[in-house]
Amino acid sequence: MAVIDCKNVSIRYKVGDLTSVGLKDYIIQKIKGNYKVTEFWADKNVSFTLEKGDMLGIIGENGAGKSTLLKAVTGIMIPTEGSVSARGNIAALLELASGFDPELTVRENTYLRGALLGYTREFMDEKYDEIIKFAELEDFQEYMFKQLSSGMKSRLAFSIACLVNPDIIILDEVLSVGDEGFKEKSARKIKGILASGVTGILVSHSVQQVRDLCNKCLWLDHGKQIAFGPTYEICNAYSAFLFTPKAERKLPENMEEIKEVSERFRIAWRIGIKEKISPEEFDYEIPQNETETQRIQRLMGIVDKMSFEERQAYAQDEKIIMREE
Amino acid sequence: MLTKAKKYQFLFEELVKRDFKKKYKRTVLGMLWSLLAPLLNVLILLVIFKHLFGRTQEHFIIYIFSGTVIFSFYTECTQGCMRALMANASIFTKINVPKYLFLFSKAIQAFINFALTIVLYFAFCLFDGIKFGPHMLSLVYPMVTSLGLCVGIGMILSALYVFFKDIEYLYSVFLTLLNYVSAIFYPVTIVPEKFQKLFYLNPVYVYIKYFRIVAIDGFVPSWQIHALCAFYAVLFLAIGCFIYWKYNKEFLYYV
Repeated sequence: MAVIDCKNVSIRYKVGDLTSVGLKDYIIQKIKGNYKVTEFWADKNVSFTLEKGDMLGIIGENGAGKSTLLKAVTGIMIPTEGSVSARGNIAALLELASGFDPELTVRENTYLRGALLGYTREFMDEKYDEIIKFAELEDFQEYMFKQLSSGMKSRLAFSIACLVNPDIIILDEVLSVGDEGFKEKSARKIKGILASGVTGILVSHSVQQVRDLCNKCLWLDHGKQIAFGPTYEICNAYSAFLFTPKAERKLPENMEEIKEVSERFRIAWRIGIKEKISPEEFDYEIPQNETETQRIQRLMGIVDKMSFEERQAYAQDEKIIMREE
Repeated sequence: MLTKAKKYQFLFEELVKRDFKKKYKRTVLGMLWSLLAPLLNVLILLVIFKHLFGRTQEHFIIYIFSGTVIFSFYTECTQGCMRALMANASIFTKINVPKYLFLFSKAIQAFINFALTIVLYFAFCLFDGIKFGPHMLSLVYPMVTSLGLCVGIGMILSALYVFFKDIEYLYSVFLTLLNYVSAIFYPVTIVPEKFQKLFYLNPVYVYIKYFRIVAIDGFVPSWQIHALCAFYAVLFLAIGCFIYWKYNKEFLYYV
């Protein structure tokens, strides 16, 4: 039984209707005859299903429709077309620090947020100290919220949201909160929650994070679904896409193409590792001070010129595979 | 329905608490303003209109107070509800909660204020030599039904406010007009008799009338007045709920 089932979800925003242009511009545009409500599809025909225990990573550049899709899953938005069904109790961590009240104290805000997330008063009474302790705000409980630093705010939000035992957890760029110490602590917490068998969705700009935490992956580009499937291949193809100069970028059409790109990326990556561990084996000078993008592009270029056998050799080089792991 | 109510009870309490704390934050007199504001309001009207209308209307101070107590509740409640939705936009665009709760919390806050003013109202009744009796208890009825009316109108306004911000200005003009047509500081007898019935088209006037019948005339009003009170409350609540049921998922796109 699917825990989350998204079927052909499309979400449309309207841009430039009467309420956004104002009456004056509306009349002027009407008279000139160039009044037009533009439609903008934040998501178009997105479909995926998640079983219990699945962790989905959603990747894509800014404006790909990731956050909008999450809003549909949490029920904040109703899809214009298609349907979403989610079984169980959802804990959504979206843009954490907003929605707090600057004029209230930390304690009051904690209770309010708890209430908004659907916890009971008994639960909050019981967990309050734990939340404050996890957020490291013991000395700030009676401070007004606006007096906190933005890191503190996010820490508090994270702590409150993470203390439930939800069936479904939704994380939108939340693992990059606070200082290094807290980041590590929050990553551990999330891993703990995931290990307990919840179903989850993670939106992240860090491909590495998706690789670490997710077993399924959804790639969106300008609202269009590029791929849904295994994390490894899709993340590889996405990374290769990102490292390609903008003008030469080409979106893969199907899973075959993704697998092919992924394979090339994997080999490029391995050449990169080999360059680092045994530079003497190469008959060319390995450029110093190149950027990551330049390096990947150069390596992908090498892979393109390789024969099938050479690629195979890299794919099976155990010394490199060990290093990779 | 009951489990849902139970689920949101804690949230509702927290919202009411928040709205209350914020309202009097950084005022020196705090809650005292709930009493002081209506008191000053009545006194001003009394000073201005006593000589104009006070001679023909017995218990003129109670007459005015009945008007202002209802009218200020109506104003505070509907305006509070109107803005409540937008004020909490940052919450309901991130967390899936029923949006009407933000309105209800504002309405309850206004209602508590209203109840406090009623205490002051009774103090004035005592001072003005009004006959107290069991019929006074019937005032609970217009209080509750007017809450229904205000929430209903608040729901309509808050939805409109999401789509047209202009409503805020239009509505404040409308409130000034309403103030003048609700017979707050003048007796209805100043208009020709055949037009006097028109006052009943104004819901606010009906609740004011109820208060005056009980306090000044000293009996429980007729069933027609009761029916009218309930009718206005149910009518506007129904329209408000319908709008929310139909459009509450659209709000998100306009905030």
